[in-house]
Amino acid sequence: MGIIEGRYGPNVVITSVDKLFNWSRSRSLWPITFGLACCAIEMMATSASRFDLDRLGIFFRPTPRQSDVMLVSGTVTVKMAERIKRLYEQMADPKWVISMGSCANSGGPYWEYGYHVVKGVDLIIPVDVYIPGCPPRPEALIDAFIQLQEKIERETIAKKV
Amino acid sequence: MTTRDVDLPVGLTPEKWYEAVDAIESVHGEKMVLQMGPQHPATHGVLRLELETDGELIVKATPHIGYLHRCFEKVCENMTWPQVVPYTDRLDYCGSMNNNLGYVLGAEKLFSIEVSERVQTIRVLVCEMNRIASHLVAVGTYGLDIGAWTPFLFLFQAREHILDLFDELCGGRLLYNYIWIGGLSHDLPDGWLKKVRKFIPYFEPRIPELNSLLSYNKIFVERLANVAVIPADLAIRYGVTGPNLRGAGVAWDLRKAEPYSGYETYEFEIPVGRGEVGTVGDCFDRYIVRVNEMVQSIRIIEQALDRLEKMEKDDVQAAIPKTFAKVPIGELYFRTEATKGELGFYIISDGKQKPNRLKCRAPSFCALSVIPEVSPGLLIADMVALIGSLDVVLGEVDR
Amino acid sequence: MPLTIEDVATRLSTQLNISLSLEPNSPAPLIIIPADLLRDASKFLRDDDALRFESLNCITGVERAGAYEIVITLYSATIPLMLNLKVKATGEDPAIPSVTDIWPAADWHEREVFDMFGIRFEGHYDHRRILCADDWEGFPLRKDYQPPLFFHNIPVTVNVPGGLQIPLTRIAK
Repeated sequence: MGIIEGRYGPNVVITSVDKLFNWSRSRSLWPITFGLACCAIEMMATSASRFDLDRLGIFFRPTPRQSDVMLVSGTVTVKMAERIKRLYEQMADPKWVISMGSCANSGGPYWEYGYHVVKGVDLIIPVDVYIPGCPPRPEALIDAFIQLQEKIERETIAKKV
Repeated sequence: MTTRDVDLPVGLTPEKWYEAVDAIESVHGEKMVLQMGPQHPATHGVLRLELETDGELIVKATPHIGYLHRCFEKVCENMTWPQVVPYTDRLDYCGSMNNNLGYVLGAEKLFSIEVSERVQTIRVLVCEMNRIASHLVAVGTYGLDIGAWTPFLFLFQAREHILDLFDELCGGRLLYNYIWIGGLSHDLPDGWLKKVRKFIPYFEPRIPELNSLLSYNKIFVERLANVAVIPADLAIRYGVTGPNLRGAGVAWDLRKAEPYSGYETYEFEIPVGRGEVGTVGDCFDRYIVRVNEMVQSIRIIEQALDRLEKMEKDDVQAAIPKTFAKVPIGELYFRTEATKGELGFYIISDGKQKPNRLKCRAPSFCALSVIPEVSPGLLIADMVALIGSLDVVLGEVDR
Repeated sequence: MPLTIEDVATRLSTQLNISLSLEPNSPAPLIIIPADLLRDASKFLRDDDALRFESLNCITGVERAGAYEIVITLYSATIPLMLNLKVKATGEDPAIPSVTDIWPAADWHEREVFDMFGIRFEGHYDHRRILCADDWEGFPLRKDYQPPLFFHNIPVTVNVPGGLQIPLTRIAK
């Protein structure tokens, strides 16, 4: 610190590139508006008045091109799987995935007899945070976002952890 | 609404205006196929519409469904009779209580189980609260589709109060598994009825607030009036039921026509579409019927509360069969008025622990099948208004 | 005195000139109609002034001991009465005439029965799968149905003998 201390005016903040990037990325996570099933209603409830995701800097975007986070909120069927993969590929890097609810985690209640259900969205796209519950409560979703923020803060531009 | 219905521009005679309109309408561009969904903010889930468009007008719309096909019927064949109840929750996830009730009443009729009057009253109470919660989602997201963000926030705030009550009642915010074959999963918690009583004066002023904020808002009315008219005969031919049929002016409600769970003893009216701002059966009528139904649900809740407060506490699980190993053989179709319309279950029992076949007749499935008939001639933006006004939940369309 | 199901069955058998059988044992009686007479019976039920079964509520496909049948649930607000018609399909490639032009509501219901049971509906204008993926193989609600192990390289059946075993740590590559 010694060399650069006091060399610049009061409006200059000195930090590392990693910290700057991670701070800006983790504080404006924009998920894609993408409801699949029951969990989508809880996702809507989380973004609505009481739980208010906006205060965490989380705004839903209607297009994958503008989003950072994919919230897989509900059962993934084999018919939908290709679309989900395509949506994921359409998102610009860096991108993260939250798997919301038992269905997206593992097929949930449809694990055994659901012939048309993908047994976990992680068989199609990589997942960063899993939320258990059927459906998870809004508090759990908020917690998942905070977990994701913590994960992003550990990243470096050299290599994604 | 076509260009012909627009007010005459100043300084033009009708003849000149119609001439100009004819000239515009005679121009046909190249047909373009547009894919709307399965990821689209306005399709309420994973509906895909294949729109054939001529400019901004829709020539043909083909809905593609099945993106949420969760094998409900196959799963149910592998579940015991009581195990099916949680899966019915996940059909129409906005109105879970009503789904539970539909299946449970069908099964109870098949097994000849009678439940006490108190259990019936509690069922009516929770179903009507759930109906309000479901209509709040429908109305709120409809405003969102049309472009009004604020009413959505207001309505979800009111909805959270209902969800809190359900949370205390059975531990679930969205999916309840509350109504069981022969009874209920839990008795009412102490003091719960008082909280429901407090909810009514909170909720009643919300309806006039909604009407002034959204329903009779000039922009909102302009977007909905005369758009995507579903006349009564078309609705009946396509099996459209519930608020969508009532919006077409038909006073048809299974709670009145084929009462179940003691609905015949409650006083309430059937709101119907009257063509207040346009034609009978347009998007606005379907919307306003939902708003008015919430008022009627409040009436039913008040009556149910009056009765429950006077009733002696009894065992809500008294009529639950000890075992489902041997059940009567038979098959029947049982229907109830769920939040979206006629929810029917065709249940076949072959005397075993598990149902032989359980078919769900979902109201949204039938409501969606009317889209190819109604959509030609609509603008693409009106398509959003149409889907929202039908209030489809893809969970029960695809099952 | 409103008409009962027995009355409807009597009228129908006079009109079609055959004897109709009823399954009276179940809580809701069913009228069994031969497949080749289904369309005539449907038109009569819909158009007869005393009956007017104008709404089709549901079509249920059923498999019973390897044989396929469908149950058409109709409702007449005129009588008022709910009526279940049972139609049996025979053979390896079961087929039943379509009633889509009589009740448009039958359109998607028939497609669903085809999708789930493989019962063909002759004369249906848009005869294809509705719920399962377009290139899905087999008919899931048949009792002897075995789901595929993979569909487009996505595992569908997991942890069955001989199928894909998913370990506890699973991460997509």
